[in-house]
Amino acid sequence: MDEAFLPRSRLQLLFDALGAGGYRCVGPQCRDGAIVYDTLSGADMLPQGVTDAQAPGEYRLHEGGGGRHFSWANGPQALKPLLFAPHETLWEVQRSADGRLEFAARLPESGKIAVIGVRGCDLAALRLQDQHFLEGQYVDPYYAARRSGLFLVAVHCSHPADTCFCVSTGDGPAARAGYDLALSELDAGFVVTSGSAAGAEFLSRLELEPVSAVQRQQAGRELEQAAQRQQRGLPGRDLKQALFANLAHPRWEEVAARCLSCGNCTSVCPTCFCHAEVELPALDGAGSGHARQWDSCFTQGHSVIHGKVVRAETRQRYRQWLTHKLGSWHDQYGRSGCVGCGRCITWCPTGIDLTEEAAAICGESK
Amino acid sequence: MNTNAYLPCEAEVVERRQESPSVFTLRLRFTDPQVHAAYSFAPGQFNMLYLPLVGEVPISIVSDPEDEHMLDHTIRAVGRVTRGLAQLREGDRVGIRGPFGRGWPLAESMGRDIVLVTGGLGCAPSVSVIHYVLRRREQFGRMTIIQGVKHSDDLIWREQYEDWSARSDVHVFLAADAAGPGWPWHVGRVTGLLDQAEIHGAGGVAMLCGPEIMMRLTVDALMERGIPEADIWMSMERNMQCAVGHCGHCQMGPNFVCRNGPVFPYPEVKPLLGKEGF
Repeated sequence: MDEAFLPRSRLQLLFDALGAGGYRCVGPQCRDGAIVYDTLSGADMLPQGVTDAQAPGEYRLHEGGGGRHFSWANGPQALKPLLFAPHETLWEVQRSADGRLEFAARLPESGKIAVIGVRGCDLAALRLQDQHFLEGQYVDPYYAARRSGLFLVAVHCSHPADTCFCVSTGDGPAARAGYDLALSELDAGFVVTSGSAAGAEFLSRLELEPVSAVQRQQAGRELEQAAQRQQRGLPGRDLKQALFANLAHPRWEEVAARCLSCGNCTSVCPTCFCHAEVELPALDGAGSGHARQWDSCFTQGHSVIHGKVVRAETRQRYRQWLTHKLGSWHDQYGRSGCVGCGRCITWCPTGIDLTEEAAAICGESK
Repeated sequence: MNTNAYLPCEAEVVERRQESPSVFTLRLRFTDPQVHAAYSFAPGQFNMLYLPLVGEVPISIVSDPEDEHMLDHTIRAVGRVTRGLAQLREGDRVGIRGPFGRGWPLAESMGRDIVLVTGGLGCAPSVSVIHYVLRRREQFGRMTIIQGVKHSDDLIWREQYEDWSARSDVHVFLAADAAGPGWPWHVGRVTGLLDQAEIHGAGGVAMLCGPEIMMRLTVDALMERGIPEADIWMSMERNMQCAVGHCGHCQMGPNFVCRNGPVFPYPEVKPLLGKEGF
């Protein structure tokens, strides 16, 4: 692992070098009162002097963090929509006058994208999405095309929100693996470390100063403090048995009375992968697009089989979500499907807290 | 077919047969002879059939896997896509992608007795087993076919059952919960036929397909007769949209029914079978 120090005044250098390498930079920016990820033309588009306050069902940005660029916890989305598109046409079909069909795949271009500011939780989620879309019996060529051109610049998280619990899932606040470069933000600049051969090669070309012992220590201390600040946690990393042993627990009924079955939690969850296939026929009947779009296990249509709905009740849908996310994910991908980002808690309109529900159902207090 | 498992290939309706007022069979052939020649499937697998401009549905393949000419799909017109498929005529074009999923355990069943217990249109996903076994009759033990329907009018392939019934090396038992005139077989549940069919003891393999309640009752009845759990296989049905284990709709606990199934040995689905909401 190589490391170097990037002074704040030279942060634009990172963007310039990525641009010179043919990358489009995507990263955090303030928009509509939230931090969102979109194309960045330069370092001046990054949030600065902005911090966030998150609580169950609440998200607000306000001034804070001094001159820092990453003094906030994750907003609603980061990596997932870049790779697993919220809506995309998979293929198109043309129908000729004599009824012949011509199918053509619509694969996305695998452009080079550098994502700046990826957090540990999202890297863990990316790993799970990779497993789901790329490492099974079938490779998803749409996800694969987007994934292939990715360069990831992580930021070790120094400002977890009140809703974060990545320490308990083992996925943060430090970025653990899966990045090309990682930044630790200090007041004066960034400790940059490489996490891949491509990252090391890139870093060496920047010709930066070495990292001082004081800087290294400070970076470590900030991470420790970030970990200590987290109040929430799951009552264990493998809750499969406890959840499936409690399928008749009265808490399911109780949480269903508060749940709107709106699907916000599954939309912001960085590991949720459900999607529906939809047909977009042309008005003239000469062709059609076959698309997929994000779907949620909280919808009525999710479990329909020939007119019958397997999960008609909210209680069954919340139970499906939680038993999958924290339970059967272990069978499918070797670990829990929760990376502790806390988004489902923040963005739930009624403030349902997954850690609280899991503790109540699995019979442990927090 | 191609490396993009989401992309269908064009196929032509070669023949359409009405099996009952709501059930019909489409006999399909890929229009590209190379695609057709390269395609093969195992009994119990399914295809995604695409009705142009409307959408896709998962349909099991009923034809003989060694029939190189045709891919048969027997379909009940119940939803938007299947009602549209019912309107198709010879020469019409559809899309096919597949085959998908795990089929019936035919290699494991070599040399053993086979009992098929099916209900309603559950006969469709399992009929290719019958074709498969009859082509290799000497490689399998005793073959018992048990099919139940709600009403005697719902029975499809009656002539076919009568033909199999006439063979000395196949035992056929039919049941209808309610029967109209001219029903020479059992009136009542399929489980009521297990004694008559002399199903008992270990050694054989049971293959089940039908409504879940019927399969659960059949599992209980088979186990009472000494068939071990691991020798009972069942074809499951859930909402399937991608067929490759990506879209998430068909999940039943740890299983993606489309990819890990649709055919499962009973112990793999036992923990959640019959649990409401799964």
